[in-house]
Amino acid sequence: MADSDLRGEAYEAEHVHAVYEQIASHFSSTRYKPWPIVSQFLTTLPPGSIGLDIGCGNGKYLPLNPSIYILASDRSTNLAKIASSHQPQSAIVADSLALPHPLKTFDFAISIAVVHHLSTVSRRREAVAAILGVLRKGGRALIYVWALEQKGSRRGWEEGGEQDVMVPWVVKGPKQVKPRKRKAKTETDEAVSMPVEGGGDRTFQRYYHLYRKGELEEDVVVAGGAVVESGYEKDNWWAIATPRWET
Amino acid sequence: MKLLTLNFLTCARKACKATNAAFPLHPKDAELEIVEVELSPLFVRNILPRVEWEALRTLCQDLGLPQLPATAPEPGELFTPNPSDGVEGEGIEEVGEEGEPTQTLKDLHHVLLETTIREGKLVCGSCGHEYAVKEGIANFLLPSHLV
Repeated sequence: MADSDLRGEAYEAEHVHAVYEQIASHFSSTRYKPWPIVSQFLTTLPPGSIGLDIGCGNGKYLPLNPSIYILASDRSTNLAKIASSHQPQSAIVADSLALPHPLKTFDFAISIAVVHHLSTVSRRREAVAAILGVLRKGGRALIYVWALEQKGSRRGWEEGGEQDVMVPWVVKGPKQVKPRKRKAKTETDEAVSMPVEGGGDRTFQRYYHLYRKGELEEDVVVAGGAVVESGYEKDNWWAIATPRWET
Repeated sequence: MKLLTLNFLTCARKACKATNAAFPLHPKDAELEIVEVELSPLFVRNILPRVEWEALRTLCQDLGLPQLPATAPEPGELFTPNPSDGVEGEGIEEVGEEGEPTQTLKDLHHVLLETTIREGKLVCGSCGHEYAVKEGIANFLLPSHLV
């Protein structure tokens, strides 16, 4: 693993953006079940609320509440295309550190499994600040990141472990395909079998920063926000944040 | 991309974002496409107060679309009065059930949600940077020297 000062934009271009662009359709086929905290956040918003889904992936959260308007964005063109099918919502291609939105405007924002792909602490905090910056006074953002503390998971990461990790995404070749039942519970970050032309497995490595307990709340405060509520849900830390406004 | 989407977009460059000149972005060489979207009268009614009407008018003008009225329609113009209600002068919030959506509401639905830019560019009025729209998807990634 490279030192923190070697990471940054170029590093993420190779170890995050390029990977998602290549695995987009396979990734999307495994992303269909919304996380409960996210569902609850979106479905309890008042009708007519307007907001952003920053790092929307395949847009699996866009159909949950048709009485609100969500403008979704992703760094991957292939994922944004998939996400754009959910009417009446919209999807564009944008970078979470250079959002093309008017400031202090939106009622809500969600950033689900996105900030942990930024490879330095200053870039992660910049991303949180960018999310807070588009919210109107009293607006709320739900930020959701992978936890370091997931002893119960197959990956076995736990407190005190390395926080900057590479996580493989395996696209199975046709010869290795075994029919496998999809799990009924919330999906894990695990590739399911999918044939690839040419045969053989292909493994893509994605960079993640695993958040330790309390770290997300720290980032929110440093970025100029206040934590309204926060918690842990199935291997992830989440926080609902609101911008702190000078009175 | 829908015209409604443009209501919530500006230039991605930090220096432009806070300026009035960057909003709205100006379409250039735009190829329009009508994409049918199921009418949700309440969605249109609820979203309307969040639409910058002047910007939408400018946009329609830029695109050569029929001119919009000078001011946004009032909530009362969006639904026919509910016959079972009969109370005059009440806002629709007070009415238990909305009447039928008017042509005004349907026209708004068509402009905001069904009229889309399929191909073209979106130009920032502040710095002049052009963002491409391809197959209906606008791309706001900046070249590294502009970040």
